[in-house]
Amino acid sequence: MIWDWQYALDSLPVLASGLKITIEATLLGMALALIAGLILALARRASFTLLSWPAAFIVEFIRSTPLLVQIYFLFYVLPSFGVTMSPLATGILALGVHYAAYCSEVYRAGIESIPRGQWEAAVALNLNRFTTTFRVILPQAIPPVVPALGNYLVAMFKDTPLLSAITVLEMLQQAKILGSETFRYIEPLTLVGAAFLIMSLVAAAGIRTLERKLKPYAAS
Amino acid sequence: MGELVPPLLAGLSVTLKLTLGGSLFGIVAALVAGLSRLSRIAPVRWVATSYVEVFRGTSALVQLFWFYFVLPLFGLSLSATVVAILVLGLNAGAYGAEVVRGAILAVSKSQWEAAISLNLSRRSTMWRIILPQAVPAMLPPAGNLLIELLKNTALVSLITITDLTFSAQILRAETLKTTEIFSLVLLMYFAAAMVIAAMMRLLERWLSRTQGRAVT
Repeated sequence: MIWDWQYALDSLPVLASGLKITIEATLLGMALALIAGLILALARRASFTLLSWPAAFIVEFIRSTPLLVQIYFLFYVLPSFGVTMSPLATGILALGVHYAAYCSEVYRAGIESIPRGQWEAAVALNLNRFTTTFRVILPQAIPPVVPALGNYLVAMFKDTPLLSAITVLEMLQQAKILGSETFRYIEPLTLVGAAFLIMSLVAAAGIRTLERKLKPYAAS
Repeated sequence: MGELVPPLLAGLSVTLKLTLGGSLFGIVAALVAGLSRLSRIAPVRWVATSYVEVFRGTSALVQLFWFYFVLPLFGLSLSATVVAILVLGLNAGAYGAEVVRGAILAVSKSQWEAAISLNLSRRSTMWRIILPQAVPAMLPPAGNLLIELLKNTALVSLITITDLTFSAQILRAETLKTTEIFSLVLLMYFAAAMVIAAMMRLLERWLSRTQGRAVT
């Protein structure tokens, strides 16, 4: 039999320790992406062109270049500027910055779907721009785009194996190490694939539920 | 810095060839899977749906390693380049299948009814009436998928193909000019993506002219 159940079972604890790193990188990376993405989105909408043009260029540039090269860039180039970080921290930073560019477009779509009347009403009430943005516009703009942000969470989760290229011991790297020790790749690699598939399907179902729950907010 | 450019351009040409090969294969996979998902035969739909879910639900890098390391164990030894084009194409095809399906479903139902009243067979209705009208709607998302494919080619450097990213790694080990090399590489990918985006815009304009209506 080509598939060895005993070996598959034995490799589970090692893969589980990799899964922990994978989930950690995803959650921290997403937290960074959500915050940096909002800043980029607001900067791109600013009336001050010295702010909006660089923001637009950064978003387009990050979205048009491979995440793997960005990871290498941060991993190899930052130390030459005196910034030294652990591989995992570098990977989380790269994931966060990459997905911040995608998230900023989602936020922008959300903000642009808010009717002009809301801005005009805020002006009529003599609210300043800051209060208008954070107390009036964003609370209406963000709930409808939560499912879209959730899709990027799943996409980021699927991109964490790239961190294996900079020696982070996430799930794929653990599978490769197991494979190179025993020359049996089929069990660990298949298990990693199955783990990604199951978690992606569960997450997709969760996002669909969220979409239904958030529907009342989308009507505006 | 000038001496860094030729080896990187050699890598870029490999990257562009993989993008081209992957996209040709991906278009076929997307059409086959997209049409199969709309098939009247249930098992065909199931196979197509499983293909789309598996390739969209797992990581592209895991797919690449699986095809590269596991297939030889089944006695199927493929060269790294063939594995790369296969996986890049199958991955893009899974996302493309949804684009194809969505665009076909977006064609007005009355087109089907008109074709039935003209006594056209199901096959010629699909190929002569529905698909030509669905293609314009596929183009904008297909352009995005092409750029995703271009970016995904960087992953093949991890299965030892000397693409742009791998050339950068070799050059870095030789010259240690890390900042210059990786900045150049990022700019080259960016330029390639801009070229793809421009070509897709030209294609959209040409199609909207020949079809006599705007591409939506």
